[in-house]
Amino acid sequence: MDLLYKVFIDPFVQMGTAPDLLVQTLWDGLVAGVLYSLIALGFVLIFKASGVFNFAQGIMVVFAALALVGLYDTLRRWGVPAGALAAYLALAVTIAVMFGLAFVIERVMLRPLVNQPDIILFMATFGLTYFLIGFGELVFGGDPKVMIAEQLGLPRGAIDIKMAGGFVSMQKIDIAAVIIVSLMVAALSFLFQRTRIGRALRAVADSHKAALSVGISLEHIWVVVWFAAGIVALATGIMWGARSEVSFSLQIIALKALPVLILGGFTSIPGAIIGGLIIGIGEKLGEFYWGPLLGSGIESWLAYFIALVFLLFRPQGLFGEKIIERI
Amino acid sequence: MFYREAGQFKTSYWADQSVFPILQDRIGLALILFAAFVLLPLSASDFFLSVVMVPFLIFALAAIGLNILTGYTGLLSLGTGGFMGVGAFACYKLTTLFPDVNIVIWILASGLFASGVGILFGLPSLRIKGFYLAVATLAAQFFLDWCFVRVPWLVNYNVSGAIEVPTRTLLGMPVTGPNATPQFRYLVILSIVTLLTWFASNLVHGRIGRSWMAVRDMDLAAELIGIKLYRTKLLAFAVSSYYCGVAGALMVFLWYGSAEPAVFGIDQSFFILFMVIIGGLGSLAGSFFGAALIYGLPIFMRSAVTAFGWQILPSTVEHLTFMTVGGLIIFFLIIEPNGLARLWQIGKQKMRVWPYPY
Amino acid sequence: MLRELSVRAPTGPDVAAGDVLLAVEDVSLAFGGVKAVSGVSFDIRKGEIRAIIGPNGAGKTSMLNVINGFYQPQQGRIAFKGKTRAKMRPHEAAAGGIARTFQNVALFRGMSVLDNIMAGRTLKMHRSFFWQLLRHGPALREEVEHRLFVEEIIDFLKIQEIRRTPVGRLPYGLQKRVELGRALAMEPELLLLDEPMAGMNIEEKEDMSRFVLDVNDHYGTTIALIEHDMGVVMDLSDRVVVLDHGIKIADGTPAEVMRNQAVIDAYLGVAH
Repeated sequence: MDLLYKVFIDPFVQMGTAPDLLVQTLWDGLVAGVLYSLIALGFVLIFKASGVFNFAQGIMVVFAALALVGLYDTLRRWGVPAGALAAYLALAVTIAVMFGLAFVIERVMLRPLVNQPDIILFMATFGLTYFLIGFGELVFGGDPKVMIAEQLGLPRGAIDIKMAGGFVSMQKIDIAAVIIVSLMVAALSFLFQRTRIGRALRAVADSHKAALSVGISLEHIWVVVWFAAGIVALATGIMWGARSEVSFSLQIIALKALPVLILGGFTSIPGAIIGGLIIGIGEKLGEFYWGPLLGSGIESWLAYFIALVFLLFRPQGLFGEKIIERI
Repeated sequence: MFYREAGQFKTSYWADQSVFPILQDRIGLALILFAAFVLLPLSASDFFLSVVMVPFLIFALAAIGLNILTGYTGLLSLGTGGFMGVGAFACYKLTTLFPDVNIVIWILASGLFASGVGILFGLPSLRIKGFYLAVATLAAQFFLDWCFVRVPWLVNYNVSGAIEVPTRTLLGMPVTGPNATPQFRYLVILSIVTLLTWFASNLVHGRIGRSWMAVRDMDLAAELIGIKLYRTKLLAFAVSSYYCGVAGALMVFLWYGSAEPAVFGIDQSFFILFMVIIGGLGSLAGSFFGAALIYGLPIFMRSAVTAFGWQILPSTVEHLTFMTVGGLIIFFLIIEPNGLARLWQIGKQKMRVWPYPY
Repeated sequence: MLRELSVRAPTGPDVAAGDVLLAVEDVSLAFGGVKAVSGVSFDIRKGEIRAIIGPNGAGKTSMLNVINGFYQPQQGRIAFKGKTRAKMRPHEAAAGGIARTFQNVALFRGMSVLDNIMAGRTLKMHRSFFWQLLRHGPALREEVEHRLFVEEIIDFLKIQEIRRTPVGRLPYGLQKRVELGRALAMEPELLLLDEPMAGMNIEEKEDMSRFVLDVNDHYGTTIALIEHDMGVVMDLSDRVVVLDHGIKIADGTPAEVMRNQAVIDAYLGVAH
């Protein structure tokens, strides 16, 4: 009886009696959700256009962030003054690096595996992940770094809003994150739906053979897509890195994208956003109001359970296409 | 010219159903077993047994477990580390609660607990397929990670949060703890692994193995011929988790001597998965090949560095190992998706016609 | 070409008067908005060879899938061996004695021919998990026993040389034969064949037709087959049901059906 009360009544009572905490939790969840969707977006891009689930997206986030910070430090050592100039110069070079990475991945990994079943490509991205981990640690070193958020012009500090009987604190960087992600999503949706290259991307996602037969160069498309995913990874790395620090532990966060993708479907950009928000908010609410019952740290698996329960009722996710098996 | 079947006719279906129909294969197997059970303990150094053979056997066992689930039944699992942990913790609780029962019995029994957990996390497999099921196993992995750390009862309220292995004996000699000799530990592990591999081979070559492979290849058709999908998948989870659980118990009790929960994390799951991929999905021999390669590679690289006297930091070697493993996986997937086991088969095929090219 | 095979007993009252083995009662099946089958009823009598024909998209494969238990019809029922069901799962159909082959061969590509056909014996193999662990002893005895049965099928289908070949490596015609073998291994009472001759040349068709007839004669298996080749249909089947756009438009002996104007219109009735 007591247990039932604790699980089903008490958390809601808490929510009601301290609405400012609720709003705070919701905001924190929104921010986390937006960042999850950003990672998920990278997965969706590649999956949409090549049918590959890019497990290495997480390490690409870390790699991009490390490259940015590393390049900034190198530029500083060459005498470029600290500040926006060096930061944006480093950013430009990093973007070029991500393009180079996409190019190499296409040549070395995607082209030889072009007709293999998806599971083989999926496993190949495991290999890519481990390779990039080793390579990244070799080149950049394993200690955590500080993201050059200020130099890039990202705001610091927090705004405290008086509401709901108390204070709700919003980090300015978080607000910036929400804005930036929204802009990216809008841009990507536009790219996919309205442009010629977007149409080509969708064609490739549907059928490699058919796309080839209408003259679409698979190799070009793949480089474009992995480059786009690389840009998303860079943006993710900057935002995540600015909120905490840049280290290899970040790549585990990428696994969190999986529940997001399950909810939102693997091929839907709006789905990635909605899925991210559901997971982010669900996780924060769960951890804050129900967490004390179970002990701390349940956010490490809560998202997966939410996704799992969801899968049981809707195996194709919120936005995914229902798969009809043809015999 | 030596590896020929000429003259070896099977005169009954009984004989033809044997797992190693070619005489040379049987001789080869006998030699390997002889070397493993007799030659190695007598001649190999303590270092070799402790650092190479013991881990190799334990990883091979875990790889067999994962192979049954992912290679034979086609259910991708990222929870191997967690299941190994369940076995280890179960064994610890059992032996601390009932210290008089022989540790080997508890090691073998602990697998059953892992089995139970495996079945639990395999339940979604009725509704969820393929890649999505991998996410369920990921949920299992992270949840078990959390349990191992947050449930102090599991480590008997040990302050360090880790298992500390008590000394246990077998046939009067210590088999766990600091006094256990490498030779004895090796022989016990070898015996258990050999027995369990034999069981796995029996299962895989019979009706159950065929059901698993049918589910992997085309589950709709499998249903058609009367295979009950749900039962088959859950059985795969159960057997696979058993093997991983026993491997986990062996790992803690007869190898490490203690265990921090981090040992059973997602990295371990990937480690074993790589062994299975490179060794060959759907091949028991492949599990051994993969374990040897993936476990042996860092050791080999480290020894090569010291042997050649190169001035490379150990951390750098580790990074290079990661890169090599990653690169090897991609390489194998391009060249031979069926892994080392298939390369071995092709090699044997070439041997059969040697010295002719075909 | 196929005329010589007609040494079998002519279609007559003895077969036509056999007991009804399976009856489809007013079955309708739709996918989303697409109506695959609408209000179809027919029966299959014990020991006969029943052909289901019709132009592409007529709903023939869907009909077979319903009989099999793959698709659950929105409306209607299937009566099999006297028992009427609204819903049946595929493994229940298998246990009840229905076996099936597919248009796009549904073999287990990772396994050899022998293993594929042995897989068909799964329902008949009962040795428990415990004995399977040991293999030597009762489980192995059971394997060998079923191996003997499977070898008879292999002899019957003349695929001895390829028994250890992984099926993925076989040419299409042989794959279809192996699939037939797997279905036969189930010792079915009702065998559903979905376009068994598709993609075959003349010799392969003759071989397959011979096998189908032999299965019907030798094992007494009732057969329902979907087929496009009119020559095959005329020579093999006792009775024919014709579907077009999901509706039954004719039902009778081959001769009757071929004369039916509606059928001719649906097809422009040209024998291949």
